[in-house]
Amino acid sequence: MTTIESPRSGKIGSGKIAPKYNRSGHSRGNFEMIAWLFMRLSGVVLVVLIFGHLFVNLMVGQGIHAIDFGFVAGKWADPFWQFWDLAMLWLAMLHGTNGVRTIINDYAERDATRFWLKGVLYAAAFVIIILGTLVIFTFNPCPVVNGVQLPGGFCPAP
Amino acid sequence: MPTKPAGTLYRGREGMWSWVGHRITGVVIFFFLLVHVLDTSLVRVSPEAYTAVIGAYKNPLMAIGETGLVAAIVFHAFNGLRVIAIDFWKKGAKYQRQMLWTVLILWVVVFGAFAVRHLSLALGGH
Repeated sequence: MTTIESPRSGKIGSGKIAPKYNRSGHSRGNFEMIAWLFMRLSGVVLVVLIFGHLFVNLMVGQGIHAIDFGFVAGKWADPFWQFWDLAMLWLAMLHGTNGVRTIINDYAERDATRFWLKGVLYAAAFVIIILGTLVIFTFNPCPVVNGVQLPGGFCPAP
Repeated sequence: MPTKPAGTLYRGREGMWSWVGHRITGVVIFFFLLVHVLDTSLVRVSPEAYTAVIGAYKNPLMAIGETGLVAAIVFHAFNGLRVIAIDFWKKGAKYQRQMLWTVLILWVVVFGAFAVRHLSLALGGH
């Protein structure tokens, strides 16, 4: 009579691999599964955020001709667009960084190469996310240049 | 002489090529995103700095570049939804080929509409 071996995975549906089949000797927990799930959840939200971003900025009115300092200032005078752009920044950067991390893991075969490529990737992502967040929230949409208030219906009189 | 592997469901077919397209468009979008956050950050430097750099974007070569970028975004978006359907929908794997053709048809419609509107704004008069 044939004996059927137990599956290598842990309890079915747990997403865990039995410890003796772990190559590196230490488990990374559920990180890869969370990352996989994040790509799908953030992807759905990003479709809405980025399609909306492209439509409002490039398709309506004068399209690209309307984009200048006043256009950005007008949008970020409104908390709705501040949070829209903040969500887009964080989700797109984390989604893109995790995508490039996957590609580095696939193609860079040497440990040191993977380590340095991912180091550069994480540093760049950190700088861009922090920079973008600070710009959205410390930005003054109504600067007074040479004592003159820039025109724009959203600014109070100086 | 090596022979071509025969009878695979994935290699050299819709599944593999959509994966290749998803990777390439993803990397292109990511590098644009880094630059796009940097150029938008110029609003924090001064109105003149931002308007000058954005002004440099408003030429025919950049208009074609932007159109190519949106082509990549629209494919990545619709194919990403297809990947989600393959993963979570019971019949997703069975219909992955049909869903790829749906993605390509939607891509033609949405990207075509964007390209006509954006290029006529950017290349035409005001």
